Amino acid sequence: MLEVAIRSKTYRTASGEDLAVLRDVDFTVRPAEFVCITGPSGSGKTTLLRLILGIDADFQGSIRSPDGRIAAVFQEPRLLSWRTVEDNLRLALPHDLAGTQLSPLLELLGLGGTEKLYPGELSLGMARRVALARAFAVQPALLILDEPFVSLDDTTATRLRHVLIDIWSARPATVLMVTHNLREALELADRIFVLSPRPGTIVADHRLDTPRQDRTQEWIDNAISGLVR
Amino acid sequence: MAGRAGDALIILLSLAILFALWSAAAAIAQSRALPPPGSVLVFLWTEAVSGELWFHLAVTLARVAAAFLVAMALGSAIGVALGVWRLADRIFDPWLILLLNLPALVIIVLAYIWFGLNEAAAVGAVALTKVPNVAVTIREGTRAIDPQLSEMARVFRFPPGRMLRHVILPQLQPYFAAATRSGVALIWKIVLVVELLGRPDGVGFQIYTYFQFFDVRAILAYSLAFVVVMLLVEFLLVQPAERRATRWRKRDA
Repeated sequence: MLEVAIRSKTYRTASGEDLAVLRDVDFTVRPAEFVCITGPSGSGKTTLLRLILGIDADFQGSIRSPDGRIAAVFQEPRLLSWRTVEDNLRLALPHDLAGTQLSPLLELLGLGGTEKLYPGELSLGMARRVALARAFAVQPALLILDEPFVSLDDTTATRLRHVLIDIWSARPATVLMVTHNLREALELADRIFVLSPRPGTIVADHRLDTPRQDRTQEWIDNAISGLVR
Repeated sequence: MAGRAGDALIILLSLAILFALWSAAAAIAQSRALPPPGSVLVFLWTEAVSGELWFHLAVTLARVAAAFLVAMALGSAIGVALGVWRLADRIFDPWLILLLNLPALVIIVLAYIWFGLNEAAAVGAVALTKVPNVAVTIREGTRAIDPQLSEMARVFRFPPGRMLRHVILPQLQPYFAAATRSGVALIWKIVLVVELLGRPDGVGFQIYTYFQFFDVRAILAYSLAFVVVMLLVEFLLVQPAERRATRWRKRDA
């Protein structure tokens, strides 16, 4: 169970003023629930993820992460340029997964044969997929994704969304994914949180009960018009 | 490959021209103050056969290595601390600037006066002249460490050893390389001064001894021998290590 109860999170600006980024963000996410978070730019989505990841501890409130490992896919790939693709994945692996075969996962993400390449030799799209592979490889209990498919072409993005759902279905984890793409959220999520403009707070919590395989283009179109209204 | 062979040829040619000029100048001067290359090589040979040359080269090289290791270790530790800890940086920055501008000669003389004419004072003094340079370089490197990668490593719970070896040190590597390069070049020259002032052996001591006899032949022989040793260190140790550390960068260049 992921339990988030943030009273407030402020940043001090360069001019010395306090800027409230998040206010009263409360929610719990059940194990194996897939949540998409959306909202206008600057509504504190990335900040929220940073607090949950424990990278930023400077806030009022409390966060309880589920037991087990956490993995993240950041907006940037954040790979170690001086290590090969395979080493980038292996270094992230915890002790008990050290011997895992990685090639099936790489294959699944269309990265077969890139094991010995360095990140500098990959396109941005491939580097993003390596970052996804790294997150999947650690078999997390909580998976945090910050716009993982942004700036990928449609075909690749669609394919990777399917891969994400396949991998997640095979090994369910709590997923929190920030996206600007409402169609993407409707295709993937069990729940969609909508954040308000700054200071961000959850203004809508939509549950999607339609099974994923029944979410056709038509269904998504209808859902969008429903959400927008 | 053709390019490399061509480069080697040009280097050889350039050295040959230098030797020819030297020979010509010596032939014109006809003076003990400027011996021809041949006589320098002959002297080098007799010193090598007697074992004298190797002994002094080894002693000096050992001092260079010791001073280098001490300077790198101490300088890196200080540099990382100052890079991470802002208050310490503010307090100790003036000290660094002072040390950076203190002539090596002053440090050596004071070390000998305070700690005696011994090996520890000699090596310590040389190391100390280099510590501030290393510290400043590594401080720069520490500040340039990418916080995004550190965050990633924290999220994936890298153990401290893995963090250091695979995340931090590779980012500091170019700074270590720069410190090493300027360090080796600086230290071996200062070691000769230390030996000249207060040691009973080493290349610096030999040069001082032959200086008292105005024996330019011997002075040049020892200098040349040591330059060759330092070039070998550069080509056989420093450059291969650097190539290994930056091999990931070569391919996409």
